[in-house]
Amino acid sequence: MIFLWGANARENHPIFFHHVLKGINHGTRLYVVDPRRTSSAQWGDVWMGLNVGGDIALANAMAREIIHAGLANTEFIERATTGFEAYRDLVESYTLDVAERITGVPAEVIREAAHTYARADRAIICWTLGITEHHNATDNVLALINLSLVTGHVGRYGSGLNPLRGQNNVQGGGDMGAIPNRLVGFQEILDPDIRGRFDRAWNVTLQPNYGWTVTEMMAAMDRGELTSLFVIGENPAQSEADQHHAEKILSELDHLVVQDIFLTKTAQLADVVLPATASWCEAEGTVTNSERRVQRVRKALEPPGEARDELWIISQVARRLGKDWGTPNAEQVWEEIRTLAPDMFGGMSYHRLEELDGIQWPCPNEQDPGAQFLHGRLWAEPVGGPLAAFSLTEYEPPVETPDAEYPFTLTTGRRLDSYNTGVQTAGYTSPLRRGETLDLAPEDAQRLDIRTGDLVRITSRRGSIVAPARIDTGLRAGLVFMTLHFQDQVRVNLLTIDATDPRSGTAEFKACAVKVEPVRAPDEARSQATHRHSDPVLGD
Amino acid sequence: MTHFVEIARPKRAVELTIDGQKVKVPEGTTILDACKSLGTEIPTLCYLDTLHPVNVCRVCVVEVQNSRVLVPACSRKVEADMVVSTDSERVRHSRKMVLEFLASSVDLSTTPDVAGWLESYDCKPERYGPPAPDADAGERDALPTGHHEPPNADYAATVGQPVKVDNDLYVRDYGKCILCYKCVEACGTDYQNTFAIAVAGRGFDARISTELAVELPQSACVYCGNCIAVCPTGALMFKSEHDHREAGTWDESKQTQVSTICPYCGVGCTLELHVQDNEIVRVTSPLDHDITRGNLCIKGRFGWRFVQNRGPRPMGGPGNGDGQGPHGARAGGDAGRTGGNGAGDGHG
Repeated sequence: MIFLWGANARENHPIFFHHVLKGINHGTRLYVVDPRRTSSAQWGDVWMGLNVGGDIALANAMAREIIHAGLANTEFIERATTGFEAYRDLVESYTLDVAERITGVPAEVIREAAHTYARADRAIICWTLGITEHHNATDNVLALINLSLVTGHVGRYGSGLNPLRGQNNVQGGGDMGAIPNRLVGFQEILDPDIRGRFDRAWNVTLQPNYGWTVTEMMAAMDRGELTSLFVIGENPAQSEADQHHAEKILSELDHLVVQDIFLTKTAQLADVVLPATASWCEAEGTVTNSERRVQRVRKALEPPGEARDELWIISQVARRLGKDWGTPNAEQVWEEIRTLAPDMFGGMSYHRLEELDGIQWPCPNEQDPGAQFLHGRLWAEPVGGPLAAFSLTEYEPPVETPDAEYPFTLTTGRRLDSYNTGVQTAGYTSPLRRGETLDLAPEDAQRLDIRTGDLVRITSRRGSIVAPARIDTGLRAGLVFMTLHFQDQVRVNLLTIDATDPRSGTAEFKACAVKVEPVRAPDEARSQATHRHSDPVLGD
Repeated sequence: MTHFVEIARPKRAVELTIDGQKVKVPEGTTILDACKSLGTEIPTLCYLDTLHPVNVCRVCVVEVQNSRVLVPACSRKVEADMVVSTDSERVRHSRKMVLEFLASSVDLSTTPDVAGWLESYDCKPERYGPPAPDADAGERDALPTGHHEPPNADYAATVGQPVKVDNDLYVRDYGKCILCYKCVEACGTDYQNTFAIAVAGRGFDARISTELAVELPQSACVYCGNCIAVCPTGALMFKSEHDHREAGTWDESKQTQVSTICPYCGVGCTLELHVQDNEIVRVTSPLDHDITRGNLCIKGRFGWRFVQNRGPRPMGGPGNGDGQGPHGARAGGDAGRTGGNGAGDGHG
């Protein structure tokens, strides 16, 4: 059994979805939890169309049902987990009726899903940004982990939890320590022994402090505490929620350096722009995919113009800061990583990565084929390492819920042929692309007398934009949808809210309250919608 | 911590004779794979080891003792004590007829290996007469099922017709289509499950068609290009390759292939970049790659143009330079044209 929970893999992870389809064609049951009836949901045995942000209520109610029906894996819970009693008490108030009231999913559907999940021989829960782009992102994830612990669907072949990563190296970024609280290989920076190893290898003294997440950096810039910024391959001027605000604080920095392959909106605000190579085809290195598989990227093209290899750029910056690193190549850097994080990557020579077509960490030595799945230790006799803890996850509605003035919930996401702020995918002509639209339910369209193609004004407490409407039968009344792909034409992130999960730093892109009004004077609206660029959306 | 789980049952060995040679292979092996294990080559067109065999091209047929008819080696499983002949007179004759019929009616100019087969089976496709003139655009698509006109004996009937160019990503040249069904399978239950194409019509009028023969942008096609990846004849082709061929600049001897990982989502699909003159001209994925089995999505297959929209780059592949392009405009100089702004963002 497969749960796709807040994930539209059919469009956003299409080749992963091929494997899901293979399962479906062989009798696997697919349950899709998503406020929208997406193209993934259309393949589901069951679509659980919940209200945006109702995930914890749904998960807790499933757990309660599993416990009451005697389907909890008590042996696993007793051997391998802690905190079950408190968790059981917490979920007790999440009856099927309460969950139906919060989520809009019929009680009987929740009951059936809970039973199917608990009884399955093997079951996995996959999620994407539908779980994590919320102000309580971490709790959302923990609520799903709780479900896997109640049933023992973890640490076994074919059973587990799988966050589907949205970028080709978002996992690798964390692996390499490009997160505020860990060194390479997820090693704790507050641990003096670990820090000592790095201090000796690098001949420096690392500070025992956590750094800031991007969202925390934005806040620090806002307070004037962070005055200089070096941005590599990221476009915060357009990707951050509440765009007016993001632009303002980036413009007020003392010094901004942007290293990118394009002159991005952020780069246009910069004091110095360093043209870089496209790391996946103009340089050597590795990335780590969603299943922890470290894979080689290779140079196929000479870069254009004055673009420089990023390793070279960083080494040159270091030299000017007084540290001579020479001119290391990607493999030499990787060899250092293997030495400093041997438990994770020790067995991954470039030769083996090539031979085995990528290796899944942890892979501590050259005899190890890599790990197909994690947490098998929970089934060892006796349990290896610390027990898995249940978390006490309470439902919280999104920070902004619809009211009389802003009666719709706007949720954002991606489409098959486009990617994030559209920088890369704008480079090719896709016959599927129809530009930005405000997707709304047929009932709402009828009530507001809006037809597909009509211009509508969408207004939140932070901004107001104009876009053509599109009627989508996959949406329920009260829910509207937009992407983030066409920020140059329709600046959706002017609307979104920067309410942020304190633990992960993710903003609540999945829910803000808006109002939608038809624009009856198309000429005027057109000029507002198009800004500086000609707009394919409007047929210019 | 390593956990590999073996879920397949052990297989019995089966002994059979191929062209007088005894061979032992695991049960469930096809005759084709048993032949490969002996180094015996069998021509195939509609077969691909990542697709379910459909047994339509009949070019892989072999003779099995006590079998009334020739059997397709690509799908027939070995049996104990089977006696197989791969090059008997009957086999050679059958393959010759199949290849002649195909070569007389279909443009095989971009089908790899077929020229050699035509020669080794002594095929004379010209003996069916000069090829009939090409049909007009859309003419074959409009043929009503069950109303096939009697053939004109002065010509060899063909499927010749203009190339369908209805989008910027790939072209469909059905004058080169042998109806092997591979594209239909890749688009259907074998991988993509989009079902944008199927076989329409009957007999010689049969053709691959979208629903109601609409152009691709009006069809269910999602442009994954997995049909192109399996097409054995070049009937389905990247527009970039098609344009190069039209201009006479397609030169595989100048091309390099480099494996890397797709720059988009986190699934980690291996891309095989085919590069000519420092320009990506085609993208494939290895059939034996666990993640893709040769398949990609629209972004992986076609979404690479952005790296080439950044202004001039030096000619010639990697290894010719020092990795630092000496000339050209500043990177990002035409980012405005692409409408593009920035390599990545926080949505992970």
